Amino acid sequence: MADTKTAGGGFLGNLGKIYGGYAGGFVVFTLILAVLEQMGVPNKIIGYCFVILTIGVYAYIGILSRTMDLSEYYVAGRKVPALYNGMATGADWMSAASFISMAGGIYLGGYNALGYVLGWTGGYVLVGILLAPYLRKFGQFTVPDFLGTRYEGNGARLCGVIVLFCASFTYIVAQCFGIGIITSRFLGIPFEVAIFVGLLGILVCSMLGGMRAVTWTQVAQYIILIISYLVPVVWLSTKLYGIPIPELTYGQALDQIHQLEDKLGVTKHFTDAFTNAKGDFSWQEFNNFWALVLCLMIGTASLPHILMRYFTTPSVREARTSVAWSIFFIFLLYFTAPAYAAFAKLEVFQNVIGQPIAQLPAWVQNWSQVGGLLTIKDANSDGVLQLSEFVINQDIIVLSMPEIAGLPYVVSGLVAAGGLAAALSTADGLLLAIANALSHDVYYKMIDPKASTARRLIVARGLLVIVAIIAAAVAGTRPSGIIQMVAWAFSLAAAGLFAPLVLGIWWKRTTKIGAVTGMMSGFLVCLFYLVMTRYAPETFKAWFGTDLWWGIRNISSALFGLPVAFIVTYVVSLMTPEPSKEMQDFVDSIRVPKGVALGTA
Amino acid sequence: MAEKLDTAQMQKYWSRTSRLMWTIFALWIVFSFVVHLFAVQLNGVRFLGFPLGFYMAAQGSLIAFVVLCVWNAVAQNKIDEEFGVQED
Repeated sequence: MADTKTAGGGFLGNLGKIYGGYAGGFVVFTLILAVLEQMGVPNKIIGYCFVILTIGVYAYIGILSRTMDLSEYYVAGRKVPALYNGMATGADWMSAASFISMAGGIYLGGYNALGYVLGWTGGYVLVGILLAPYLRKFGQFTVPDFLGTRYEGNGARLCGVIVLFCASFTYIVAQCFGIGIITSRFLGIPFEVAIFVGLLGILVCSMLGGMRAVTWTQVAQYIILIISYLVPVVWLSTKLYGIPIPELTYGQALDQIHQLEDKLGVTKHFTDAFTNAKGDFSWQEFNNFWALVLCLMIGTASLPHILMRYFTTPSVREARTSVAWSIFFIFLLYFTAPAYAAFAKLEVFQNVIGQPIAQLPAWVQNWSQVGGLLTIKDANSDGVLQLSEFVINQDIIVLSMPEIAGLPYVVSGLVAAGGLAAALSTADGLLLAIANALSHDVYYKMIDPKASTARRLIVARGLLVIVAIIAAAVAGTRPSGIIQMVAWAFSLAAAGLFAPLVLGIWWKRTTKIGAVTGMMSGFLVCLFYLVMTRYAPETFKAWFGTDLWWGIRNISSALFGLPVAFIVTYVVSLMTPEPSKEMQDFVDSIRVPKGVALGTA
Repeated sequence: MAEKLDTAQMQKYWSRTSRLMWTIFALWIVFSFVVHLFAVQLNGVRFLGFPLGFYMAAQGSLIAFVVLCVWNAVAQNKIDEEFGVQED
């Protein structure tokens, strides 16, 4: 495989065979571990095998894909076929938040948390119709590259880098946190150490081969993450209802949950829309649902690590097709997540609540040791577990569900491997987005335009390592839950980047000054709301006389930044002179697939 | 660069592209927001064993998003070919 990979053609010509064989190999590997488990091999060894071997495979692909070619390093040589780019985007996209936390969020929040499911899928429609094909036609290396070209100069480029950095860095901290949870639980090492072990896993994939290595590991990671997400849900669906398609059967689970909720005295039903903790309709929940859906969708269409995946396809046409493949591969997981949540809830209601605490199985012990994510307290000292005495964090529902439901431990190992694949793949994409922006846009385009190829690649790799270490160190301080951090990243990207990207393509009249002022004011309003309500709520209240503007939580901060960005860009553009004829021709040239984008050849 | 579209053709091409964009954008709004405004009422209806409001947010809209993305790719490729601006 090594030779064919460097040759390009042989590897690209046999993608189906290679990844088919790889997926088959993974299934066989899982089956062997299942047999070993039945033969009495301890759980700890099974957990080790899954974590170490999968990281080993990614490292192997990463090392095989090492490159010293700029186009290979930044955009995988623009040779990634639509289908495989779709899979890579799927892995790039689905992070620890989707894999580990989302079903947990639905478990706890019921209908109200479906905002995440909607928000994290619908954005691809916007990527497809508004951005991806045009950015591919533009044909450079990074998202700030586009801003720097369209808005003539380093001002817009630098603003782009700042927004990109803030959003992607927040996002990557969340991924390191997820990696820490999984490695500490399955390798049995302290959380703070586990983060740095996971970090090595990220670096081996991305450092030597840049985008090329990340692309081909992401395809491998997608295959593992989707298999491992579907297996426990399909298994439970078959066990409970005899049909292996959870999407069809969990309606019945929802009914059972409803009855059990009545029995247990829960007033906030799982399927009820827009209810507060008491189970009553709440306008605040209603408003926050829309705000979150909007921010996540717009954020999808603004996050540079996703947009740059569409720079890697061979053509504009393939970029478009690739968006369709991406959402299809992503859909497979999102469409299953509510079933995962429903089955977990049903299992907890039936097999955990109401049991004598002394007889609870070993998983309770194991998970209680991972940093306060699961607590069981016999508040009324009757020795029986009540619903209110069982507090489970959303970040461990998915990982612990196979054990809660009494599935073999090999399924837990499989899910851990999947969660790790999801977190690593996204962390890699983000790390590359940040390091590329710093090395290409800041170092090469702004500091030293005469730098040699070798020097640019060394700088890119050095920055990659530095950013990764800082992100892991920040994650070690446990700043917040995974899903909240990720939602902040989406809001920051949405408020800062969406307006200049979309208007740059769709409205020729957008001027340089309009875009820069719009971008910065939108971003700053969003950042202000986020930071103030999160870290200085007292001051915020003193200034505005309210805890939150219209009750909107700070995970949807972009709700305030977005309109500001659009209005400022619009008004300032109309007040400044129209862009030059050359710039208008450039916009025309990226609107049609054929030919070369003007001014970039 | 191959033969360039003249201004009139370019305008026509872009208006067709824009029309497709706005159509899909409108449907995106329907499936992202409008449908779910009625989640409470829809939950009173059963569909495939699910409360319909829950079903739409958990599955229905997602299916619609996939269809919209596929439709966009197919329809836009057709427009490109009609104007002869597809890549060689």
